[in-house]
Amino acid sequence: MEEKQGHGAHRFGMVIDLDKCTGCGTCMTACAAENNVSVRSDESDKERSITWMQLYKITNGKDFPHTEVSYFPRPCMHCEEDGHGGHHPTCVSVCVATATTVDFNTGIVSQIYTRCIGCRYCQAACPYHARYFNWWDAYFPREKGLERYLSPEVSPRMRGVVEKCTFCHHRYMRAKTRAYGEGRRELEEDEYIPACAEACPAQAITFGDLNNPRHKVSKLIKSPYAFRLLERLKTKPKVYYLSKKNWIRKLADNYLPGQFKPV
Amino acid sequence: MDSPLIPEGVKRCSPKVFFLWTLPWLALLGWGGISAILCLIKGLNQTNMSNIFAFALWIVFDLAVIALGAGAFFTGFLTYIIGKKELKGIINAAVIIGFLCYTGALAMLGIDIGQPIRGWFIFWHANIHSMLVEVSFCITCYAMVLAIEFLPIILENRELGKIRGLRLFGHNLHEIMAVFAATGTFLSFFHQGSLGGMFGVMYGRPFAARGGFYIWPWTFFLFILSAIAAGPCFTILCTKLTEFLGRKKLVPDEAVQTLAKISAWLLSLYMVLKIADTLGWLNGIVPNAGLKFMDFYREGPYGAWLVAAEIIACGVLPAVILMVPRARKHEGWLIFACLLNCTGVVLNRFVFIIVTLAIPVMPFDRFWSYLPTWQEWGVGLAVVGYGFLVFSLAYRYLPVFPRETELNAAAE
Repeated sequence: MEEKQGHGAHRFGMVIDLDKCTGCGTCMTACAAENNVSVRSDESDKERSITWMQLYKITNGKDFPHTEVSYFPRPCMHCEEDGHGGHHPTCVSVCVATATTVDFNTGIVSQIYTRCIGCRYCQAACPYHARYFNWWDAYFPREKGLERYLSPEVSPRMRGVVEKCTFCHHRYMRAKTRAYGEGRRELEEDEYIPACAEACPAQAITFGDLNNPRHKVSKLIKSPYAFRLLERLKTKPKVYYLSKKNWIRKLADNYLPGQFKPV
Repeated sequence: MDSPLIPEGVKRCSPKVFFLWTLPWLALLGWGGISAILCLIKGLNQTNMSNIFAFALWIVFDLAVIALGAGAFFTGFLTYIIGKKELKGIINAAVIIGFLCYTGALAMLGIDIGQPIRGWFIFWHANIHSMLVEVSFCITCYAMVLAIEFLPIILENRELGKIRGLRLFGHNLHEIMAVFAATGTFLSFFHQGSLGGMFGVMYGRPFAARGGFYIWPWTFFLFILSAIAAGPCFTILCTKLTEFLGRKKLVPDEAVQTLAKISAWLLSLYMVLKIADTLGWLNGIVPNAGLKFMDFYREGPYGAWLVAAEIIACGVLPAVILMVPRARKHEGWLIFACLLNCTGVVLNRFVFIIVTLAIPVMPFDRFWSYLPTWQEWGVGLAVVGYGFLVFSLAYRYLPVFPRETELNAAAE
């Protein structure tokens, strides 16, 4: 447990270009379909619906004609630290039953559904609201044929446990298996991509290994326009955002007057 | 009808009146039972908890009753370890109240988790870095210690006492009670602290997060202190209520005054540290997260009045009342101060749970509200019903107050 993230071979991360994002919601849909996310006949209770990838609509708060709107896709941040210098994300260090873990070889924060007792302490600890509790039994409407779309690679979750974005970890396993079969030990950059990144029609989401300087994500995060959500909490998310708009970058964190530095 | 069971030399109401008295508490238990069954069978969708309010009414009830139940371990510590003999008149009541609070909280936690059948995973797959693991271990062990402390009182029942083996067993348990009092103090100290630690380590939530000493955030120490300041006051309130309802004196003033005086000092110390902690938080964690004091109190019903209510009205004020010997000796003021003190600790727990979760951290996130469902109230209030019912049974059939006969001899 004392290992440090980033010391492992890989550190998978994501860069989302908010100036490219159109807010179409394909990432959300692709994520839900890929990961067997349970649905409800009535999804209007947004406080209890499950959206591993959540799309927030943000505005600059100005009146017409100066109003600007943008969208903020929010997967799990796969934080590196707990905000207090501890080398585990805050959700991992608080979990009672060691049901959520961080893989130091990939940096991916995962959830062991069959071990989760459903105490929801991780949800309380996560400032990004990236964790979801199963308030109901899993439901895939048969009359709509949804059960035929279920992925055999992802286990559906039972009632009473917490679930979250896994950076489509099963895709990583699949890519690794294929690479091993071909006698390779390393993956190419495009071999492992989560469903949201693959589906995005605007190509706003880039995914790769932040430890690999040749990967696009490693170059993108060096941009002066790159930032992370709630960076001041020092949770060190592995999800980065890009935007040339100052108001968007400002909305990604809390600032006292005069603290925000426009680029 | 049940007179052979009632302790010798004391007067209790008729079985019929007693039965009527238990009806409301049985009703609460019934309501709680239905709610619990619904939650267990249909799931936690029976509540109004959500992904925003992951902790809600039940956790507030839990933390509140555990803080109020701290009177048990602290009175035990004062009686058996420090040697405050005058507290022997109130220790039984304190132990029973503690037992009820802790077992009630445990039962409620069993319903609150999404997968109650996996509850034992906390012990089997324990994550030693989690404050909640420390809480779970200590609460479970301490509930057992409290059961052991409660046992000799049960064995003192007139009919049970006639059985030689049980009488000797109870007597021998009494002899070694200091060992359990010490164990209880150790366990209770750590879980009151780790309950506070649970919120202090939520570093992603600037409202709750705190700096601290080594692995313990300041809330660790503040929760211990607030619990041992409020716990004895809750014990006083319960005995005063029993005295009022039974229309007789049960505990010598000396014992009540000792507890009130100790509570006064602890509450005063707590208030000094709490104010220092709040100021430190305001000048450290809050600006470091890019926030101002009022950013936390501008939405929903959770205004800055909460701070004033908790620190001034339910903190400094009862501390002053309890500190002044003349005020403390006046029964009305004593009860008023105890009520304020207990309200303060409940408010503190409420703020750390509900307000922490209600305040959005992401600037573009919205404020969500929460109101419990009848099922949540049912389970929460069932603990109150359980407390009243078992305490009433104990008062009727067990020598809870050893000085009762002596204190009421003149009157009778």
